[in-house]
Amino acid sequence: MSGKDILIVGVGGQGVVLASNFLAEAALRAGYEVKKTDTLGMAQRGGSVVSHLRYAGSVASPLIPAGEADLLIAFEKLEAARWAHFLKPDGAAIVNDLAMPPLSVTLGTETYPSDQDLLDMLSAFSTNIRLVPATAAAANLGNPKMVNTVLLGYASRWLDIEPGILTSAIEAGLPEKLRKTNLAAFETGRDLAAGQFRQE
Amino acid sequence: MERLLLSGNEAIALGAAHAGVKIAAAYPGTPSTEIMEAISRIPDIYGEWSSNEAVAVEVATGASYTGVRAMACMKHVGLNVAADAFMAAATTGVRGGLVIVSADDPGIHSSQNEQDSRNYARLGKVPCLEPSDSQEAYDFARAAFQISEEFDTPVLLRPTTRVCHSKSIVAPREKNPIGQNPEFRHDPGKLVMLPGAARMRWAKIIERLRQLSLYAETSGLNKIIVGKTDLGIVANGISYQYAREVFPGASFLKLGISYPLPEKLVRDFAGQVGRPLVIEELDGFIETELRAMGIAVTGKEFLPRTGEFSPDVIRDSAARAGIITGAKSKPAPASGLAKRPPLLCPGCPHAGFFFTLSSMGHRSTLPGKTQRTPKLTVCGDIGCYTLGAYPPLGVIDTCGCMGAGISHAAGMAQAGISEKPLAVIGDSTFMHSGINSLINAVYNQAKICVIILDNGTTAMTGHQGHPGSGVSVKGQSGNRVVIEDLVRGAGVKNVAIIDAFDLKTIRSALRQAMSSESLEVLIIRGECPTLARKKAKPLELSAQKCDDCGACLLIGCSAIMKTGNGKITIDPGACLGENCTLCLQLCARGAISAKEVSS
Repeated sequence: MSGKDILIVGVGGQGVVLASNFLAEAALRAGYEVKKTDTLGMAQRGGSVVSHLRYAGSVASPLIPAGEADLLIAFEKLEAARWAHFLKPDGAAIVNDLAMPPLSVTLGTETYPSDQDLLDMLSAFSTNIRLVPATAAAANLGNPKMVNTVLLGYASRWLDIEPGILTSAIEAGLPEKLRKTNLAAFETGRDLAAGQFRQE
Repeated sequence: MERLLLSGNEAIALGAAHAGVKIAAAYPGTPSTEIMEAISRIPDIYGEWSSNEAVAVEVATGASYTGVRAMACMKHVGLNVAADAFMAAATTGVRGGLVIVSADDPGIHSSQNEQDSRNYARLGKVPCLEPSDSQEAYDFARAAFQISEEFDTPVLLRPTTRVCHSKSIVAPREKNPIGQNPEFRHDPGKLVMLPGAARMRWAKIIERLRQLSLYAETSGLNKIIVGKTDLGIVANGISYQYAREVFPGASFLKLGISYPLPEKLVRDFAGQVGRPLVIEELDGFIETELRAMGIAVTGKEFLPRTGEFSPDVIRDSAARAGIITGAKSKPAPASGLAKRPPLLCPGCPHAGFFFTLSSMGHRSTLPGKTQRTPKLTVCGDIGCYTLGAYPPLGVIDTCGCMGAGISHAAGMAQAGISEKPLAVIGDSTFMHSGINSLINAVYNQAKICVIILDNGTTAMTGHQGHPGSGVSVKGQSGNRVVIEDLVRGAGVKNVAIIDAFDLKTIRSALRQAMSSESLEVLIIRGECPTLARKKAKPLELSAQKCDDCGACLLIGCSAIMKTGNGKITIDPGACLGENCTLCLQLCARGAISAKEVSS
């Protein structure tokens, strides 16, 4: 069993931990050994959040060593740059096209990098970068909070897990009233990736 | 066989449940909080949020004395609060199995220090078990109860953040029934620690420790994994998992029981390998014990004594020490990125008070203006409201441990500082240990101003109940201790209760309280927005009226931002509308409104 090392990052409140729970549950159902760990700051909201997920035949450390992640799923652009050094040189970065400036930026003490600067920074770590309009896609479906499911759908093209297993894990983790729209969000993410995906 | 994906904390809860635990008590604290939350979802087990960790240990100890299995859970600094109760239980021993979980936080993800709880195991002469993943968290929790009863001792279960907050697979085993028919047996020689009885008891504890180290020699919780013999690694907890990844071929002695150590087992292992290395986070605890036995080992000469380990940390340290060669260099993170520290939430009831304090104390300054020397001395405490220390608010001057703020302020006042010091404390922390400090301040006539920021919950750890909220661990409403009644009952004459979203009243109450000659208590009350989840129509900003002065930015609300072109906007997705209105109240130009802006 080959398996994958996946880093999911974003801003507190965006649903990073929920997304990594869905993926971990799917990997369990697919028969892998799974370890995942979330590193959170002090507060409930607003800080930088990173979740490490590893599944394979055998997993020792739940933390992914720097430079060894197969996949970086970033819910926000600045956070993509902050954690990009975990990527393998041929690892894929799936980056939501969303800027959430931290308070230091809105107060004017620090600056938010331009799209070109961000792409330059990311390119230093990997050549395989996908900027995905996931927030817009989720908003089109009626709920911008579903950005995590859109990105999971997009990322599903890179995983060694059947899409059916992924969707059943997502369904099992959501209350009834959210299931249908989230499955649509997952499919939207898959469709967004379909045109660009090539098996690396 | 059933396989579950559980966090270490959930696995400890399930392990305790399957061991037949009847009573569990805790005070929330990262990374331990979810143990109690998981137990509260299991029927037939009594669970409670105790008012502090000492109380939790005492409740669990009392239950153990009746013959049922009991558990108390906390974070490492909570064990300081519970130290006296812990030592008392270590001395009397137990009847039903008694497990005390103290979760350490290497790397200080969410704590005020990174002390190593194993030192308390040595102090109390009680065994310390250290799981390295969720399966072990489950198994060790079960084993801990059994060891506790077999050796008449409380057992310290010490997971670390990375075990507590990692999920891995658990295969549960058969359940023991929950303890029934609790009955107290009178045994003053064991349970009443007057000096005569305590002297007898202490000799038994020394003998208990000897028996425990013999048990550790053959216990399945300690494991030897045979590999190449040039390198033999002694490791505990999560360090074992990291070391296994970095040195896949080495021999390992994995210590599930890190105190007391199995001397013969370690001596044999060390004798069979070329180079015995100890890999452990934080203190060189095992290393020091082994050296005291005359076993030559290394570890802390090249491994860090502070911070969290990872495979990278161990690999880099080993490469520097020449233990491994040819390690590939790791990419460094991108530099110069804007930092993203945690924030008070939009609509946080603490924000308005902090803004007022900040403006009165010369702390807040519009971007581009020179900072003035702060006025006002503000003693803080542990909770969400510690975030008031970050810019743009910047109003916390001290923060030590739970309940310290009020006593810090009292100490400053008694020392004779000219300005009346302020102490800021949350409702849950006030119940935890702030009340002790307040009673002292009343008694000793400390001229201070105490502000209790009452958001009705223990917000930082995830909205747990406490005596002032009256919400139980199962989420049911029960008896509530009314903070203002408690404060008045403690003898405070001047108590004011103020709406957290009324800036004018907050300012005038603060002015009055700071100018008075006596002890004053202000209770600033407003619901935690992430708990209430109420949302009104977002406030609107009139682009015509706004001159982008930036005054509203000084609240530190993440729903208000300055865009690239210098224009200020309100994020409608984040703003709580009329549930907050702080920015509306301080906009001098009346540019912010709750109604549709016409034109």
